[in-house]
Amino acid sequence: MTTTTTTSSSLLRFATAGSVDDGKSTLVGRLLHDTKSILADAYEAMERVSRERGGDGVDLALLTDGLRAEREQGITIDVAYRYFSTPRRTFILADCPGHVQYTRNTVTGASTADVLVVLIDVRFGVVEQTRRHLAVAALLRVPHVVIAVNKIDLVEFAQAPFDRIAGEVAAHATKLGLDDVVCVPVSALDGDNVADRSTRTTWYSGPTILDLLETLPNTDELAASAADSGWRLPVQWVLRPQDAAIAPAYRDYRGYAGLVVEGTVRVGDAVSVQPSGRSTTVAAIDTADGPLDEAVAGRSVAIRLTDDVDVARGDLLSSTAGAALPTRNFHAHIAWLAQRPLRARERVLVQHGSSFVTAMVTSIDGILDISLPGGTLDASIVPGHELALNDIGVVSVQLAQPLPIEDYGTHRRTGAFCIVDPHDGNTLAAGTARASAPGTGADGYVSI
Amino acid sequence: MRNSPVTNTEHRLTTLDALESEGIHIIREAIGSARKPVLLFSGGKDSVVVLHLATKAFWPGRVPFELLHVDTGHNFDEVIAFRDATVARLGLRLRVARVQDYIDDGRLRERPDGTRNPLQTVPLLDAIASNGYDIVFGGARRDEEKARAKERVVSLRDEFGQWDPRNQRPELWNLYNARHLPGQHVRVFPLSNWTELDVWRYIERERIELPSLYFAHERDVFDRDGMWLTPHPSVRMREGDRATVKTVRYRTVGDASCTGAVESDASLIADVIAEVAATRITERGATRADDRLSEAAMEDRKKDGYF
Ligand SMILES: Nc1nc2c(ncn2[C@@H]2O[C@H](COP(=O)(O)OP(=O)(O)OP(=O)(O)O)[C@@H](O)[C@H]2O)c(=O)[nH]1
Repeated sequence: MTTTTTTSSSLLRFATAGSVDDGKSTLVGRLLHDTKSILADAYEAMERVSRERGGDGVDLALLTDGLRAEREQGITIDVAYRYFSTPRRTFILADCPGHVQYTRNTVTGASTADVLVVLIDVRFGVVEQTRRHLAVAALLRVPHVVIAVNKIDLVEFAQAPFDRIAGEVAAHATKLGLDDVVCVPVSALDGDNVADRSTRTTWYSGPTILDLLETLPNTDELAASAADSGWRLPVQWVLRPQDAAIAPAYRDYRGYAGLVVEGTVRVGDAVSVQPSGRSTTVAAIDTADGPLDEAVAGRSVAIRLTDDVDVARGDLLSSTAGAALPTRNFHAHIAWLAQRPLRARERVLVQHGSSFVTAMVTSIDGILDISLPGGTLDASIVPGHELALNDIGVVSVQLAQPLPIEDYGTHRRTGAFCIVDPHDGNTLAAGTARASAPGTGADGYVSI
Repeated sequence: MRNSPVTNTEHRLTTLDALESEGIHIIREAIGSARKPVLLFSGGKDSVVVLHLATKAFWPGRVPFELLHVDTGHNFDEVIAFRDATVARLGLRLRVARVQDYIDDGRLRERPDGTRNPLQTVPLLDAIASNGYDIVFGGARRDEEKARAKERVVSLRDEFGQWDPRNQRPELWNLYNARHLPGQHVRVFPLSNWTELDVWRYIERERIELPSLYFAHERDVFDRDGMWLTPHPSVRMREGDRATVKTVRYRTVGDASCTGAVESDASLIADVIAEVAATRITERGATRADDRLSEAAMEDRKKDGYF
């Protein structure tokens, strides 16, 4: 941990992905090492284990491979979260495993990421897993993708293989609708262009991995500078303290507690309550530290309304202009994350905001086949009747009660949902809702 | 409490603002689906911060859950006094599960090394089962240890209280899934994404009170395998152990038999922050003998249902 960070620095969440042995764990270890985030005893433990295994030097990958099975097999099997900071920023990193069978963990890590760092082994170039990870980034609309073209030391720091891969990545990214993709030539092992600029890739003048992580705007910063498309606050809890009030003055208090997930809410704003459709006005924005005039995305607050309307946990408060509208039928892309397959007409629960609603997947309209070369993702959708573990599919969903579920392309939070097993409560799939039917893509949002 | 409205002109949350809001969101979300929630409260800094977040999450109402402490019987007196004062101040209800009771009636046996931390698991799981707690809040952070780095914010425990690291639910966006079958429960960790430094900076910013052990004070200590332990009824002195007076503080305040002090002059929060920021040894490695047992010590205890 560096000593110079200030409490006013902002937070960046990023995830790493790549196929097995591309060097993710080494890259993460390198980032932590070069930002002086590895503490002495942790470093000594790594040195000791590296020696016991007869390696020369310190295996930086040991730092993140936390579980015993991983240490035994030498692979990463679950998302490991790491924390570090530089004078410019605080970072939360989700280190995701590479095996195809752990793609679900990449989906998990990418869902909260501001940046997805995808590793490519310079000797092998874009492989199936790369395409899969880029598809995940497109599906989840991760704001920025950074491609670390790794092991550049193994090709004598040559420019030609890097250029070839960067070209291939750019072509693929365009097809996927990913508009912010940057490639960086790195050696995770030696540290070239990770935190420090390499003197061995003189032909490269772009940023290092750390430069990008320190400067790319995070999701909340992007939202703040984007055109105002309204605000959203899912109600988590109705604060009605009555006898449990901390002071008699608050006995009759009634506030709606939740996190502002999008936009900026201000006192006096017109409010639409969903799914009831009632309209009212923001009377006050409260926090335990006193009232606010406005609250930005990412802040937990309590909203008081001017009218005595009926609002419960699971409801959505939103700006009236461009209000979220409840629906009972929608199309979506889902990443199937469970061992057992999904079949059409299966009854499930849909988790959205703070609600769980009974639902049915009425049809499976297609499956993404990322092994098909060329073409857009649209062209890579093949017919199918069943989704297996790690499949990305296009489905139609019917809800037993309406939910204000929105187009994920324009509303990343209120367009996101999970599919949950009604019997044991397990999370089965990650879903992103589509306003229009799959394949039309008129909203500019990638059509898988 | 401020009464005049404050305007946030800065369109950006600081790291501490973002972490605080995330923690409050997690607590409210878990409570929304709970039948009988409880917070594991030891009086240690992390559980104190979780409790502070809960008071903010439910303001202007009281915190809507009970507290549970698994008392090893080897706790520092100052910490127990602080625990009880905090509970009284907030008007909450505290249950205490005692390792000593289990030793007295033979359900547990003292370990040869005298450490009682590993003995906490059974009383903890019994207390969860007998009180019917379904949502159990804890103060664990992912930056503490390698196995914790992989645990979900909302983490399912089976009928035996066990954690299955190979079979965790995916946790997506900020959608937390606390559903579970009868007999199972979920552990919820609102500080998952906080570092030790974040916790200290937050304590400073919020002026949160802590047990005095966290700050530099003079104390009789003796060297045990490179850690400064304090003479305490729970610690068996060995031949050659000789106590000396040193200025020390504790980075964690667990069981006196295995929690070591560090030499430090940090008597104010600002000093502690400077010290933590500059430190080159991880929190657990420095002060917890039980984590040094093996590379996988923490993972093994977690699988058994430990915190
Ligand atoms: N020469 C060279 N070798 C590297 C580089 N980065 C990683 N490696 C080596 O590649 C191998 C795999 O690296 P890891 O970091 O364990 O790979 P990973 O992508 O995390 O793999 P999984 O954990 O299995 O998903 C190790 O032997 C590393 O030392 C690099 O930049 N140059």
